[in-house]
Amino acid sequence: MEERGMNERIRRLRKQSTETQAHIDMERARYFTEAYRRYEGEVSIPELRALSLKHYFANKTICIEDGELIVGEKGSGPQAAPTFPDLCCHTVDDLKIMNERDLINFKVQEEDYIFQEEIIPYWEKRSIRHKILMHMTPEWKRAYGAGIFTEFMEQRGPGHTVGSENIYTRGFLDHKRDIKKRLDRLDYFNDPEAMNKEAELKGMDIACDAILLLASRYAELAECMAAQCGDAVRKTELLQIAENCRVVPAQRPRTYWQAIQMYWFVHLGVTTELNPWDAYSPGRLDQHLISFYRKDREEGILDEEQARELLECLWVKFNNQPAPPKVGITLKESSTYTDFANINTGGITPEGEDGVNEVSYLILECMDEMKLLQPSSNVQISRKTPQAFLKKACEISRKGWGQPAFYNTEAIIQELLNAGKTIEDARKGGTSGCVETGAFGNEAYILTGYFNIPKILELTLFNGYDHMTGQQLGPETGYGYEMESYEALWEAFCKQIRYFLDIKIRGSLVIEKIYAQEMPVPFLSVLTNDCIDRGMDYNAGGARYNTSYLQGVGIGTITDCLAAIKYNVYDHGKFSMMELMEAMKADFVGYDRIWHLVADKSPKYGNDDDYADTIMREVFGFYQRSVTGRRNNRGGTYRINMLPTTCHVYFGDVMMASANGRHAHKPVSEGISPEKGADVNGPTGVIRSCAKMDHLSTGGTLLNQKFSPSLVAGEQGLNQMANLVKSYFNMDGHHIQFNVIDRETLILAQQNPDEYRDLIVRVAGYSDHFRNLSKALQDEIIGRTEHQAF
Amino acid sequence: MCDTGPLVTDIQRYSIHDGEGIRTTVFFKGCPLSCKWCHNPETQKFGGEILFYEERCQGCGACVRCCPEGAIQMDGDFLSAGRLPVSIPGKCRVCGQCAEECIYNARELCGKFRTVEELVQKLARDNPFYETSGGGVTLSGGEVMVQDMVYVEVLLKTLRRKGISVCVDTCGEAPWENFRRVLPYVDTFLYDLKMMDSRKHEQYTGRGNGRILQNLQMLSEQKAKIWLRLPLIGGVNDSEGDLAQLEQFLAENEIHFQRINILPYHNTGSGKYGRLGQKYEGQNFQVPNQQCLKEWCLRLGKFGTVFIGG
Repeated sequence: MEERGMNERIRRLRKQSTETQAHIDMERARYFTEAYRRYEGEVSIPELRALSLKHYFANKTICIEDGELIVGEKGSGPQAAPTFPDLCCHTVDDLKIMNERDLINFKVQEEDYIFQEEIIPYWEKRSIRHKILMHMTPEWKRAYGAGIFTEFMEQRGPGHTVGSENIYTRGFLDHKRDIKKRLDRLDYFNDPEAMNKEAELKGMDIACDAILLLASRYAELAECMAAQCGDAVRKTELLQIAENCRVVPAQRPRTYWQAIQMYWFVHLGVTTELNPWDAYSPGRLDQHLISFYRKDREEGILDEEQARELLECLWVKFNNQPAPPKVGITLKESSTYTDFANINTGGITPEGEDGVNEVSYLILECMDEMKLLQPSSNVQISRKTPQAFLKKACEISRKGWGQPAFYNTEAIIQELLNAGKTIEDARKGGTSGCVETGAFGNEAYILTGYFNIPKILELTLFNGYDHMTGQQLGPETGYGYEMESYEALWEAFCKQIRYFLDIKIRGSLVIEKIYAQEMPVPFLSVLTNDCIDRGMDYNAGGARYNTSYLQGVGIGTITDCLAAIKYNVYDHGKFSMMELMEAMKADFVGYDRIWHLVADKSPKYGNDDDYADTIMREVFGFYQRSVTGRRNNRGGTYRINMLPTTCHVYFGDVMMASANGRHAHKPVSEGISPEKGADVNGPTGVIRSCAKMDHLSTGGTLLNQKFSPSLVAGEQGLNQMANLVKSYFNMDGHHIQFNVIDRETLILAQQNPDEYRDLIVRVAGYSDHFRNLSKALQDEIIGRTEHQAF
Repeated sequence: MCDTGPLVTDIQRYSIHDGEGIRTTVFFKGCPLSCKWCHNPETQKFGGEILFYEERCQGCGACVRCCPEGAIQMDGDFLSAGRLPVSIPGKCRVCGQCAEECIYNARELCGKFRTVEELVQKLARDNPFYETSGGGVTLSGGEVMVQDMVYVEVLLKTLRRKGISVCVDTCGEAPWENFRRVLPYVDTFLYDLKMMDSRKHEQYTGRGNGRILQNLQMLSEQKAKIWLRLPLIGGVNDSEGDLAQLEQFLAENEIHFQRINILPYHNTGSGKYGRLGQKYEGQNFQVPNQQCLKEWCLRLGKFGTVFIGG
């Protein structure tokens, strides 16, 4: 395996991070169970949650690896994955599957099985997953089981989310003072919620103590190791680490090094308390670090090399944390170790000026050098971004592994303003997870699930009946062959969408309530603006803004399906709807003519063809209007994203053949990219089609472009790649990412996974090791149209 | 139906090697030269043609049944496997009906007429990309400078009025009068130079190079913006003699240009000859070796910036 890292220290730490096998770590489960047994019923739920976190931090195994400059692990060491029985209590069989499955596996020790067996009786009825499933209706369960939609919070906490500048400007002792003041202001006479607020605020206070305790343990350990250390250089480092841990997180950081350590403690607190789907991110890291960087440089206590080394240490820390193990449908929709930490670089400042600074370039260099899956790094490109920065980002991106991805600052700001944020909060915002827009540090923007739009057309054609599961899932809106016109078909399709959206959102509202009541996150609430002031939890609407996102999947596939039907059946009478439906049921076997007509001779999205693109706008518009503005249970509203993680593979798997010629079980289109192979007019055709969608009315869209290396080669290739990004952003595109790996390499990597262990590809808003992808997803990536040099 | 004006074989978006920036290249049909290494042989003949992709044909016979002229018939026995449709010489009027009907896309109508308005509408679609990148439209072929010049002039004027920059990619074998007419509207000429020896030029392209060199001198005198493009074909025009003659020509005539692009030969066009029912004569052409490319770059570098490819 290729060794990367700027020096020996980083190479060793990186190697340890990438070569250690991901494994289950039962300590969190053990100490949370102990705490629950001790305190449940004695204290309020927020306090119970905080006491559990504190108990874990007081007792967990801690370590400082040789050479580390930034300390702290979620589990007992690199690649240790704590479990969350409080959320999802795995069965022994689940653990066996995790241990044995080929992809995304986690090694499980013999004693782990025994321990799990012991705690199952305690957690199986208490876990959130159990409570959620108990409250879901039979319609919800049938639709969920059939793959109409997924549910993010079924085994993961609400999230993901991103920190704000607070992390770098205030210590937890400051937070404790704020909490105290708020407690003193509680008004039992006039505020009926005072009791709940008191419980929540007390929980927050304990959560602060938890992180202070953890940091002091690290300080002691570092001091102890320094005392025994024979190497003078390392001894000094250890003493500095100890000093850092005595300053942060109790107080605000004083140096660049402490600022990074501060973030890392916060990261550990948030992702250990719960796994907020699953990620927590430092957000606008370059802007947060720049004042520390400049001050330390001036004082002569930091040089550029050291600054980069500390960033590389942080990168290793991120990469040490595999996403908490997933099972079932949730594993299918998000089949990856990636923990979705996402760093935004560039963009603009809260005052509206160009945000690119010295640290921005250091981050690009670090990302390029480290070539790690985590953290995922992206660049925000605004009209004010220097061309040099954009080109530098393109230069890294064209190396082929998908980082950095490109985001449009002006679009992000517009999206946030549309959703009611102030201009300053919007400018401080960005994207996290894959592409989702949020007001960093001020917003709980919670992903609720993927919605399988093409599957709904399948059901519509068959009168609401699902041939794949053999059930009547939707309302009886008539059979496709009974529809006299395209408009009649469209009408029925809209009815079916509304029906399933209602089921999905009803379920989501219940789930939100369950989290608000049963699974507060006092630690995250301390860090999210307005939660202390409102005395309300992040999961209950305490944040300044509260959005629920619903992710539409398969816009390329659904557009091509409707276009093929409209064009062939209603406009040109090439075949009847009955024939098409028979062909779909037969997976087009014996229906060669129909297949060629729909697959090869019909208008397709992704070619700047207005016939198809108009249909895309209609579908998108209907979905967007049907979701946006519906109220959630946290004082905010629902909005949409258009992204899939790996869900397009799962959603395709539950479908029969579709009207655009897509065969049964094959993936549907991903993000807002065209259906695989449908775009034949080159990248500008794709971009023009995609730009016809109203990106600004969403909370993020995802566009994947696969280029052959020759198309981005040389100065000319690089310049035009940068210009392509700028043009798309001028047209209000939200996000674009590039895979620059030729088809032959991918095929070779599929055949010889061991020889290509390092090969990283862009999947959907994140990158992953090619060898860790399922065969279906590998095929899908190989098949994405590769734009060739002309 | 095809004699209403210039025919277009292809419109290629995101062309990044045909002038500055991101461009859309229009390929016109018909060329006075017939270079043996041509990688767009479908653009040589002026009239429309039907391309036949034998590997896609399933022998279903839909083309035979739909042809209004009865110009296609099946070869071989009616029921035997592997039977293929063949065109009867002289009967096809290139109406494109067979291409329309073929569900396997085995037949393709090559060369379509578009009004200036239709063409401009299509070309203007990528305007956002031209604006960001300093790109525009490139008229190529075949040879645009020998098409209906009234049409070409209106096309150029309309594009210019929309603020779209236009490059002309030309072999130079056209009356000077045609160049004179388009001169005010063309941003850059991508001017092909094949070889200096006129007899050899005739042998490989069908015509001598007298007018080509003369037009280049005149364009240079008129201070037109020029990018020289030199297709370099191993074993044909890559000798020391070829290079020395070129150096002499550039020096003596004080040809001024923005840059030189050396275009090393590649045989990616060879497959297209079969679709036209023609034989590719370039089997013996070679990709020029690295040392040769280096030498050309070095020596021509005295005259201006040299790029390989593009």
